[in-house]
Amino acid sequence: MNERMVQLDVLRYDPQVDDEPHFQHYEVPCKEEWVVLDALNAIKESIDPTLNYRWSCHMAVCGSCGMMINGEPRLSCHAFLRDFEGVIRVEPLANFPIERDLVTVADDFIDKLKRVKPYLIPGETRSIDEGEYIQTPAQLMKYRHFSMCINCMLCYAACPQYALQPLFLGPAAITLAHRYNLDSRDGGRDERQQVIATNEGVWECSFVGACSEVCPKAVDPAGALQQVKVASTLDWFREHLLPGDTK
Amino acid sequence: MSRRPFVRPVSRTRWYFKHPRYLRYMSREVTCVFIGAFTLLLLCAVERLSEGQAAYESFLAAIGGPWSALGLSIVLIFVVHNAISWFNVTPKALPVQIGEGFLPGRFIVAAHYAVWILISLAVLFFAGVL
Repeated sequence: MNERMVQLDVLRYDPQVDDEPHFQHYEVPCKEEWVVLDALNAIKESIDPTLNYRWSCHMAVCGSCGMMINGEPRLSCHAFLRDFEGVIRVEPLANFPIERDLVTVADDFIDKLKRVKPYLIPGETRSIDEGEYIQTPAQLMKYRHFSMCINCMLCYAACPQYALQPLFLGPAAITLAHRYNLDSRDGGRDERQQVIATNEGVWECSFVGACSEVCPKAVDPAGALQQVKVASTLDWFREHLLPGDTK
Repeated sequence: MSRRPFVRPVSRTRWYFKHPRYLRYMSREVTCVFIGAFTLLLLCAVERLSEGQAAYESFLAAIGGPWSALGLSIVLIFVVHNAISWFNVTPKALPVQIGEGFLPGRFIVAAHYAVWILISLAVLFFAGVL
């Protein structure tokens, strides 16, 4: 198995000691097939046990190990060392406060996620005796790609609107709201629209498109947000132009 | 142990230099300045037209010089850039589902170009150019 020395500049921040973050340089022997997360694990195991970062599955499913790698939001378990040359710069996800080293404070995202009610709110109440909610493959395909979100927050790290206006609900939360709005079994769109069809919701998005470019699961949040804009605009026209619709 | 999260500063005026994709976005957004200016020019043209043939012809003569041609060429470049960059992202906003699949985005983009060409030909036809 080929092994080579890989150099990493890792942003460190210890809230007990540091006034601001600083880079620390590491040189670590790495195997050819390793990803950045493996290199961080090697540092923690054999060079510097004080390094802090989040990770869990090592297979781009849990969404825990998002970091800025050479300035780009990436899952560190999905960023192969062989694709980088020279010193690899590793920083915590942009646009989030740094808790410690590569660990960010995700409270803002979690709060926003809760506000959009990202779960099924059944349109019709059925008893267990009446059986399951039936959905055709075509109805599933309408929202399936939006349901692939793993809440990794890379889209927030790439979004300049979120950086400039932290009140913005952001790409993933609105995309998940849209995912449930598109679900044929769901009846909660009116509740979610109160949150997402607002100035701090979808109308804060100016369609930079960075969220979709960095999404590791090809969810296309930018597409979801534009579709929410179209649907919300049609709502407005229905409300103001059609007689008898006072919603 | 007390928490003391560090908030990294964000530049409100230079953020778009941080990545080429932000510059690409800004290049699309800045086109609105030129399109706005051209729209004002069109409104002036309509106003002069309402004042009669002589007023309109003097307006045409005023914008007929080489500097105007250069300016309008620059505006044209930005208008085309605006149209192309928006047409290319329309499949995201207007997906067309057919059964269990989606119509490939290139067809939606192509439809926009086709309508653009048809409307341009119609304008040229009614203007007596064709």
